[in-house]
Amino acid sequence: MDLSAINPVLLIASLMVAATPILLAGIGELVTERAGVLNLGVEGMMITGAICGFAAAVITGSPLLGFVAAALGGAMLSLLFAFLTQYALANQVASGLALTLFGLGLSALLGQGYVGIKPPATPRIDIPFLTDLPVVGRILFGHDLMVYFGIALVAAVWAFLRYSRAGLILRAVGESHDAAHALGYKVRRVRVLAIMFGGACAGLGGAYVSLIRVPQWTEGMTAGAGWIALALVVFASWKPWRVLLGAYLFGGVTVLQLNLQAAGLAIPVEYLSMSPYLITILVLVIMSADKSRAPAALGRIFHAAQ
Amino acid sequence: MLRLEKRRQPSRGWAWATPLLAVLATLVFGGLLFAALGKDPLVALQTIFYDPLLGEHAFFYRPQLLVKAAPLILIATGLSLGFRAGIWNIGAEGQYIIGAICGAGCGLAFYPMEGWFIFPLMVICGALGGFLWAMIPALLKVRFGTNEILVSLMLVYVAEQLLASVSLGLLKNPQGFGFPGSRNLQQYDSAHNAEIFAGTGMHWGVATALIAVIFGYILLNRHLLGFHIRLTGEAPRAARFAGVIPARLVVFCLGVGGALAGLAGLFEVSGPAGQVSIDFNAGYGFTAIIVAFLGRLHPVGILLAGLLMALTYIGGEIAQSTLGLPAAAIQVFQGMLLFFLLAVDVLTNYRLRFGGRVKA
Repeated sequence: MDLSAINPVLLIASLMVAATPILLAGIGELVTERAGVLNLGVEGMMITGAICGFAAAVITGSPLLGFVAAALGGAMLSLLFAFLTQYALANQVASGLALTLFGLGLSALLGQGYVGIKPPATPRIDIPFLTDLPVVGRILFGHDLMVYFGIALVAAVWAFLRYSRAGLILRAVGESHDAAHALGYKVRRVRVLAIMFGGACAGLGGAYVSLIRVPQWTEGMTAGAGWIALALVVFASWKPWRVLLGAYLFGGVTVLQLNLQAAGLAIPVEYLSMSPYLITILVLVIMSADKSRAPAALGRIFHAAQ
Repeated sequence: MLRLEKRRQPSRGWAWATPLLAVLATLVFGGLLFAALGKDPLVALQTIFYDPLLGEHAFFYRPQLLVKAAPLILIATGLSLGFRAGIWNIGAEGQYIIGAICGAGCGLAFYPMEGWFIFPLMVICGALGGFLWAMIPALLKVRFGTNEILVSLMLVYVAEQLLASVSLGLLKNPQGFGFPGSRNLQQYDSAHNAEIFAGTGMHWGVATALIAVIFGYILLNRHLLGFHIRLTGEAPRAARFAGVIPARLVVFCLGVGGALAGLAGLFEVSGPAGQVSIDFNAGYGFTAIIVAFLGRLHPVGILLAGLLMALTYIGGEIAQSTLGLPAAAIQVFQGMLLFFLLAVDVLTNYRLRFGGRVKA
């Protein structure tokens, strides 16, 4: 084993890349859950976004259009969930599972012609002087645009929930849909929009996996990242900045175990590969002691009786 | 304008009609999907639903129907208990894998000894493996209030890695010329889950699935525990007043679900699959979720739904080879079924009303 082969600077830099998919999906799901909707379909929306973005980027040759298509794809799929839970009043857990199963099938179907193709490369932002700085340069600068977009999105969601009127309404809907309804807010409309935002973010996260992190298309390539994103929201106690912290923590674990695999640690590869999932469970156990932060109306069905 | 009005009582008629309606809608939209893929929709539907049952080669496919339906029914019956009580075990796939590993491992430990007691012992080990794997989310939920959905699902990925690990290491066939995967249990008489009646597809897993359905029916309809399960799902507060201890119910539902999934894995690995290999699991644990809902979480319904879903698997394979229909299309088809099911289910509990608002 050669631990010196692991370069801490590169480790942190690649950690930010590894964290971005779950960060994007997680912050989207956070908004959905703050509106009182538990969407377990993140994995399905991510994988659909992954193939939509991949296909669009290959066809148009533009990664940017790929990400736009991924967001649209994720949002479209989430509309199915919105219809089921908000209009057909179906159970949210079951509907979310349905969304994941359907999304996995749909993406495999859409992705048939795209196996083994390389997507167009996403340019890194290269600021001539800053990127060349010794340690900080590689960590802070020289990433692709989506890494910064993810961080900016966290800040935007935080500000939206905390300072804007619309954010206040969204939180009210999530805490007590009956009270919000009595005040005249459109509970359904708010929730559908929140679900779509979550879908779009999950789509972006998926596309980040297929366009930048891997980059290629294989069936089921998100490999549970959507579920980790769901766990991330619990870990974050439904607070935006903690999603960022949690995503970097999980990203760190993932990158570290990959590096240890490469360095030839005496632990079998399979045990290293299961470590992110085990750590997710561990974190869930630690965080689940504090239930007070969950939106009060999370997962409850809203039906406005006249 | 269209609106929904809550029924005082769930409609019994619609409870039976909604699964049929969902299947019908899926057939229509599935046909459209197949047409969009450039296949003749009627031929595709005939290949999937008619040929395996009554077509030219049906004698070959009919036994397959039982083989494929058995694990689905076994797992779905277990899951339905939890789903009824609002306990969401969605990690059946992992429990299925661990059941297979434990059961096969037990059998292989005796190799090459022959004995009547080996297979029953494997069955016990399989059930125990699935049970213990399900106990992880159960005990974490009871002790720490951890979300069982996420934990049971994370454990699927852990189980998949364990499966890869044992098929490359611990259980690898020493005479397998270095290929991953265990010894073939079909060639080891004492451990082989052989057909009870040759040529019918009726192996011990099928028999166990039928027993599980009967057991599930009696439990839910004739036993106090079953009543408590239903009560907890429909009115958790009332259940607490009725003296239900939620923690015990969580352990029971997850435990039974895990044990049945583990059994399904053991019967599969010792019968149709034959060996522990890296890609031994075929997603039964997830499809069983659809089966459970399609059967309206009712044991008899699950029996029928399991057979229907098995039919789509077999028909899908035929369509794949004869029509070139992609495997993923069948997956989409199955997903669609669950969607329609959830969408039309609203009719059971609500009445559709046309026109303006009624004064309160």
